[in-house]
Amino acid sequence: MDMKATKKLGLKDRYRNQTRGLHWDTTYQPMDEVFPYDKYEGIKIHDWEKWEDPFRLTMDAYWKYQAEKERKLYAVLDAFNQSNGHLNVTDARYINAIKLFFAAIPLHEYMAHRGFAIAGRQFRGVGPRVACQMQSIDEIRHMQTQMHTASNYNKYYNGMHAVHHQLPRMWYASVPKSFFDDAITAGPFEWMIAIGFSFEYVLTNLLFVPFMSGAAYNGDLGSMTFGFSAQSDEARHMTLGLECIKFMLEQDPDNLPIVQRWIDKWTWRGTRVLSLVAMMMDYMLPKRVMSWKEAWEIYFEQNGGALFKDLERYGIKLPKCALQGIEEKEHISHQLWAGIYQWNFGTSVHSWVPSDDELDWLSAKYPNTFDKYYRPRWEFWREQEKTGTQFINTGLAENCQVCQFPMLFTEPGDPTTLCHRETHYKEERYHFCSDHCKEIFENEPEKYIQAWLPMNQLPQGTCGGGTLEGWMEWVHLVPGQDNGNFEGSQDQANFQKWKGQVTGNN
Amino acid sequence: MSNVFIAFQTTEDSRPIVESILADNPGAKATESPGMVKIDAEGSLTVKRTSIEERIGRAFDLQELQVHLITISGHLDEDDDEFTLAWPN
Repeated sequence: MDMKATKKLGLKDRYRNQTRGLHWDTTYQPMDEVFPYDKYEGIKIHDWEKWEDPFRLTMDAYWKYQAEKERKLYAVLDAFNQSNGHLNVTDARYINAIKLFFAAIPLHEYMAHRGFAIAGRQFRGVGPRVACQMQSIDEIRHMQTQMHTASNYNKYYNGMHAVHHQLPRMWYASVPKSFFDDAITAGPFEWMIAIGFSFEYVLTNLLFVPFMSGAAYNGDLGSMTFGFSAQSDEARHMTLGLECIKFMLEQDPDNLPIVQRWIDKWTWRGTRVLSLVAMMMDYMLPKRVMSWKEAWEIYFEQNGGALFKDLERYGIKLPKCALQGIEEKEHISHQLWAGIYQWNFGTSVHSWVPSDDELDWLSAKYPNTFDKYYRPRWEFWREQEKTGTQFINTGLAENCQVCQFPMLFTEPGDPTTLCHRETHYKEERYHFCSDHCKEIFENEPEKYIQAWLPMNQLPQGTCGGGTLEGWMEWVHLVPGQDNGNFEGSQDQANFQKWKGQVTGNN
Repeated sequence: MSNVFIAFQTTEDSRPIVESILADNPGAKATESPGMVKIDAEGSLTVKRTSIEERIGRAFDLQELQVHLITISGHLDEDDDEFTLAWPN
């Protein structure tokens, strides 16, 4: 890459000219009429000039480097296609991890694109407007590159044909959907905390860094490349989230309690969404880079811990939910995979009981919990499979009104009891998976009573008439093809057949 | 003092960048994982334009880092010559 440019101004001057020189205050209409949304959340801003984007990226540099990233990425995707790259993955079980990724992430990248376009219009300060504009364009690029990567798998494997249709209908896809719906219907500053700070700064490392390194380890060149290409934008997004926090806290001391409540709320909401990634890392990658627990310790406890220590000078405290997150790092991946397994007639991914060497790996990585609570269950379920009495849970778990997960997580301090909270509001009862989701509801009940919960709708007959067959048709799930066990699936048979064609001549 | 970090994709373009960082920041430690390399340092870490230019034999704009970057931790301060990550306490 040769990108020598003749510099007329230094980086700081160029950035200053772009983000200050191009702005004017309106005179025909008052600024409050032109920007009606950046005050109602209660955040007080006295001087928008104090906003500083540390990356100081100008538009010409932005387009130049983004174009370079795209050229590199699409060269890899072409090569992946031309060489039947899908047959180079370690094991066809791996493809279920990226099916889940494609069901949960690209459409939310699109929501992030929309959200930053909206926030970019709503802020009256030109610094955040420019940064939001760039991030909005980044996010649509992520959606597009992920869909292009997915299409190379969708040609050959089941379960990816209806991700958009399934988003509000499929019980696990509604979890990340509710996260982004919640964020995009908030005001612009809360949006910045939800996505820019909690998701991008505190949590996105857990999605894109160890998981994408896992994609590389499992021979998935396509996913590794879009993953790292997306993550190269995330460094800028994290900086934007952190800058926004500092800006709000430095502008007025009255902002502190509002910001603290948003941090508490969105750290928990993000932690719940990432349970899906925990499960992918511990159970769905045939070759594992690190356990969820190890990733959590590096990227949440150490990195997030450094951040919260730094924010102490403004009076920000570590969110209360962090302690529960730390306890749950030893549990959530096991509990969620058990959920997918027992309801696998209703998933567009295949599932399986871990093999002996995988059980041994889990025992070694989770010495405090796996042998005591989870290994015996997997061994019991494996025995049941052998005798033709596989455990299928035809009961429906309640959904949490806030995070929308089925109630499958356990009590803090007692991993043998399911956790269930409830509250009354306007003569209705609402159910929650945790104290933190309950607290989020109680702070904004009018928002969350509107949540549309797929499982609660099912008995009402609004999801295909109230029968399992009707539900499958309604959700565009093809029974015996998209769902059920990996063992004996069409995906497994096809992968073996095609792999044989690659290594032989018949 | 908390650690800062920076991670790059393992590519031919990022190799001299990683070498420069390790040379300019004694105490910085690189950890390789599949497809990536992560560099941790206590307190702060600086990427210097001139060190990279010495290794690659051409002019280098520090914003080119963004093509290879995976993630960072710490407050960033960037100008034409240096890209610094730091936790102030």
